Amino acid sequence: MISNSITFLGRGGLSSVQVLGRSGVFLALSLYYAVRPPIRMTRIAEELEFIGTKSCLIIFVTALFTGMVLALQGYYTLSKFGSEALLGTAVALSIIRELGPVLCALMVAGRAGSAITAEIGIMKITDQLPALEMMGIDPIEYVISPKIIVSIIALPLLTAFFDIVAIFGGYIVGVLLLGINEGSYFGDMVKTLTLHDIYSGFIKALSFGLLIAWICTFIGYTAKPTTEGVSSATTNAVVLSSVSILMVDYVLTSILF
Amino acid sequence: MITITNLNHSYGKIATAKNVSCNFETNKITVILGGSGSGKSTLLKQIVGLQKADSGSIEFNGQDVTRLSKRALYEMRKEMGMLFQGSALFNSFNIFDNIAFPLRQHRSLSEKVIKTLIKIKLEMVGLRGTELLMPSQLSGGMTKRVGLARAIIMDPKIVFYDEPTSGLDPISAGVINKLILDLNRKLGVTSVVVSHDIESALLIADKVIILFYGEIIATGTPEEIRESTDPKVIQFITGSPDGPIPFSVSDKKFIADLMEG
Repeated sequence: MISNSITFLGRGGLSSVQVLGRSGVFLALSLYYAVRPPIRMTRIAEELEFIGTKSCLIIFVTALFTGMVLALQGYYTLSKFGSEALLGTAVALSIIRELGPVLCALMVAGRAGSAITAEIGIMKITDQLPALEMMGIDPIEYVISPKIIVSIIALPLLTAFFDIVAIFGGYIVGVLLLGINEGSYFGDMVKTLTLHDIYSGFIKALSFGLLIAWICTFIGYTAKPTTEGVSSATTNAVVLSSVSILMVDYVLTSILF
Repeated sequence: MITITNLNHSYGKIATAKNVSCNFETNKITVILGGSGSGKSTLLKQIVGLQKADSGSIEFNGQDVTRLSKRALYEMRKEMGMLFQGSALFNSFNIFDNIAFPLRQHRSLSEKVIKTLIKIKLEMVGLRGTELLMPSQLSGGMTKRVGLARAIIMDPKIVFYDEPTSGLDPISAGVINKLILDLNRKLGVTSVVVSHDIESALLIADKVIILFYGEIIATGTPEEIRESTDPKVIQFITGSPDGPIPFSVSDKKFIADLMEG
């Protein structure tokens, strides 16, 4: 009985270490193909359009309302201490350091991440990945690698876009609706924000980009080649990447600040 | 062209190949016949190196496929074409780009040459004029023909067909059979067909190999297979539900199983 449960634990441990190892090799191989010529510019452009450009609208809406809500809540709290003038600083700091990278990554994981997993899974079911291999092309090089590299490029850009729109959302509520002085909204913001705040947000965005692409491509690539396999892989990919974004965010915050 | 020696493979307890030894001759059509779960598709994947066997060797043009590096394997596959069961066309590309894909990846040809080459192959499979359609706009039989055009665009020496006629209406199946025969008789392409379609198999094959749960139970020309007295072969060809190949998957007696409760 006891030996049975030990065997069970051991087997579970071994298989999770195996999956971890395999995903590590998978990532290393994808990154190697990304820097080794030939660089597939057409594929990169296609993926950039899908992961980057097509995420802009949803990022815009999310960012606008996040900034607006933040300004509303911040105004309420700050006005209790009579320091409404600090609203610009409060909005900018929380957006750039924290909410920008995290919310942007969560939205991309939900929109593009799920699509990445589903697409790779379906290519597997319909034999498109083996077909690539039969044509002498490594699917990791052709399908996976551009997705990972593009995700690392796109996330910081989308985050920058998110930050700007959210600060603008805060401006709409704070300055236009609640009547805070425009000069203090932007002036204090510029004075208080440091370059460190901005580049640590940037590092977060880079890491989240890598994380989303790695998790979503690997889960899609190793999905069971059945309908249920792909649907559960898609769910797992979104859940796992969202949770790891929040966890990695904590680790990065404690290191960076 | 291909020689398989003592190949063994299993998924857990289910063996898909038990000491399989056979060979596929150059310029001939060899059909591997077998029911579902007989291990024929797995065998095909192992021949082209998409899957690893547990033991044994597969020799292709003097090279052991089971020991080749990934790069050597990819190089070798440039001499192979494969028609997948579901055609495996890329959904996001139109017919032209699908067929052009291997050419664009491996040869630096001008678009004009590519266009001409594709017209030739599409004419062969009788689908000239469909270049700009998407795969989802074609019927099952037509996507198979496009898949075949893509498989032969690099002029391979050998073409593998995974269940080429399954799921097709009799006329489409007839078209595919004619194309397999044409490619072999006119261009001398060596062909390996995996199928459970007995009629088509006996019609096109130079040699038939019957696989039953990972074991080869018969090898020979279509005539030899038709005149075989082996009860397993007879059951397979006539398609009778029960015989040496049992109807019930359980080896327990039904009554005994019921009494156990």
